[in-house]
Amino acid sequence: MRTLTRSHKARYARRHAVDFFMSALCMLAAGIGLVLLGLILWMLLSRGLAGLSLTVFTNSMASPDANGGLANAIVGSLIQVGIGTLFGAPLGMAIGIYLSEVGKKGRIASAVRFVNDILLSAPSVLIGLFVYQIAVAPFGGFSAIAGSIALALLAMPIVARTTEDILRLVPDAYRDGAIALGSRENQVIRKVVLPAAFGGILTGVLLAVARIAGETAPLIFTSLGNSNWSTDVTRPMASLPIAIYRYAGSPYPEWVSLAWTGALIITVGVLLLNILSRLSHALIAGRHAS
Amino acid sequence: MMSSVYSTRAGAGLASAINDRGSRVSTPTEDALARKPGIHLGDTVFRTVLYASAGVVVVSLFAILLIMFLGGRQAFETFGLEFIWSTQWNPVKDLYGALPAITGTLITSMIALVIAWPIGFGIAFFLTETCPRPLRSPLGVAVELLAAIPSIVYGMWGFFVLAPFMATYIQPWLTETFAFLPPIGDSFFWFAAPPIGVGLMTASLILAIMILPFIAATTRDVLITTPQLLKDGAYALGATRWETLTGAVIPAVRGSLFGAVFLGLGRALGETMAVVFVIGNATRMPDSLLAPSASIASVVANNFPESEPGSIKLAVLLALGFILFVVSFGVLAVARLLLRQERMS
Repeated sequence: MRTLTRSHKARYARRHAVDFFMSALCMLAAGIGLVLLGLILWMLLSRGLAGLSLTVFTNSMASPDANGGLANAIVGSLIQVGIGTLFGAPLGMAIGIYLSEVGKKGRIASAVRFVNDILLSAPSVLIGLFVYQIAVAPFGGFSAIAGSIALALLAMPIVARTTEDILRLVPDAYRDGAIALGSRENQVIRKVVLPAAFGGILTGVLLAVARIAGETAPLIFTSLGNSNWSTDVTRPMASLPIAIYRYAGSPYPEWVSLAWTGALIITVGVLLLNILSRLSHALIAGRHAS
Repeated sequence: MMSSVYSTRAGAGLASAINDRGSRVSTPTEDALARKPGIHLGDTVFRTVLYASAGVVVVSLFAILLIMFLGGRQAFETFGLEFIWSTQWNPVKDLYGALPAITGTLITSMIALVIAWPIGFGIAFFLTETCPRPLRSPLGVAVELLAAIPSIVYGMWGFFVLAPFMATYIQPWLTETFAFLPPIGDSFFWFAAPPIGVGLMTASLILAIMILPFIAATTRDVLITTPQLLKDGAYALGATRWETLTGAVIPAVRGSLFGAVFLGLGRALGETMAVVFVIGNATRMPDSLLAPSASIASVVANNFPESEPGSIKLAVLLALGFILFVVSFGVLAVARLLLRQERMS
């Protein structure tokens, strides 16, 4: 009896020692991760803020000694992300509606869902090469519209995925009620299901905007970049990520400083969009719960 | 077959109700119901739009594969299937092979995964089990926000901060400490290389840091969705937190956990901007883990500006893209299948 208790005690102590040790390791992992990522953000803030001034937003890109800014790149990014969202978001919503309301668990819908998931994580550099082949090479020139197509292709699967997830949260009672009132399928979806999920779908669109705003690789092959002010969508257009890419690798300290400032602007923008979408999501979830 | 669930269900219900009452007056509702189900204009247009959009997704994926293949065909025709395992890369003589880029991609992704997975898993376990409750949600959000930072920011940080640090401190130490490792053949010397900061190891580290929040966030999602009943059962038997994890949670969600890892791998394989800054962009077979090298994505992004339309070089880049797409497709498909399995059950 006594030996049993003693061996139990030893075993108990060993098990809890293992538990403590592993938990401590995990905490250490979390610490390492947060410190590393904190270092990156700190560097971004200190170097980015150093170069931040009004001229960044008012002047276009210029030679290193000419007090240039990033105005054309910021506007170019806004235009291309805007057009990309304009095409990609509605397409993604329609796909999400199809998956949630029409295809459901059918074989075809499962295949579409699978393909959408693959596209969602496909390397963006390949999307850029693809759009180069279909929208740049045949028309003989880089253009902002080609860049927008690439961004739309990147936004589409994100919006599709979030739309489907959100529509699934709409209680079936809503649909049943609408059907009981004699609504047609398109009325049920347009007038009952979509309004109920509107906020959530908007959240998905914001997330997609945040994602494509920071994309660099696809734009190298499509809108190319432009150091002059241009809002002509049929010609090469500047964008913030491309400007950062060009300036960060340059030998001029003025340009490197601008690259840090650009990186700070884009990171703050992306994080704000993410936080905004989270807040709206939390608000909606709260409303549904009450 | 095409008639919608909604219209037939609603139609049958209402029509019979009216018949039960024996009403003979033709109402607008009745008129509407008398029309054949499934050919309502609004529904037809609506469904057509939805089907067309779903078609766009499927067509896009196959179009990407096809366009890459057609564009890269010239490379396969010129160099044969040998292109895939040929190590030559000579832009002057227009002789190209894919193996250096493939090797760089695989080595960097694997090292990144080996570093990021344990740490990411640790973060996920910490966030779901041992972290003080008030901190869980904010830290979880912080991890997800970090996963949203554009990859070019990681690349810049790697170039300006990590690469000099590696050159000054880490690389000389690695070279000295692992000098005893015997070389593989006469071409691969592990950590023997001049400490210039950029190279395979620095690229791997940047990739690891970049996919770390991503792996932590997806793993956390998997751990959080484990049924509480499972954990309660283990705790009721007297299991510690760690035993609950290894004995009850992990066996239940093993597939999803691997799915999260494969998703991270898919990210690392195709990452361009974080790598292009720090890998050194030397398209040749690496002779050590510290050597400047190149990945498929970095080769494509780096050589594209010098590739004329219709040139063999552009065809080579498209062929490389095709190879990367096929590999990513495989990895992502495995990831999705693993993740779906759990979602279904």
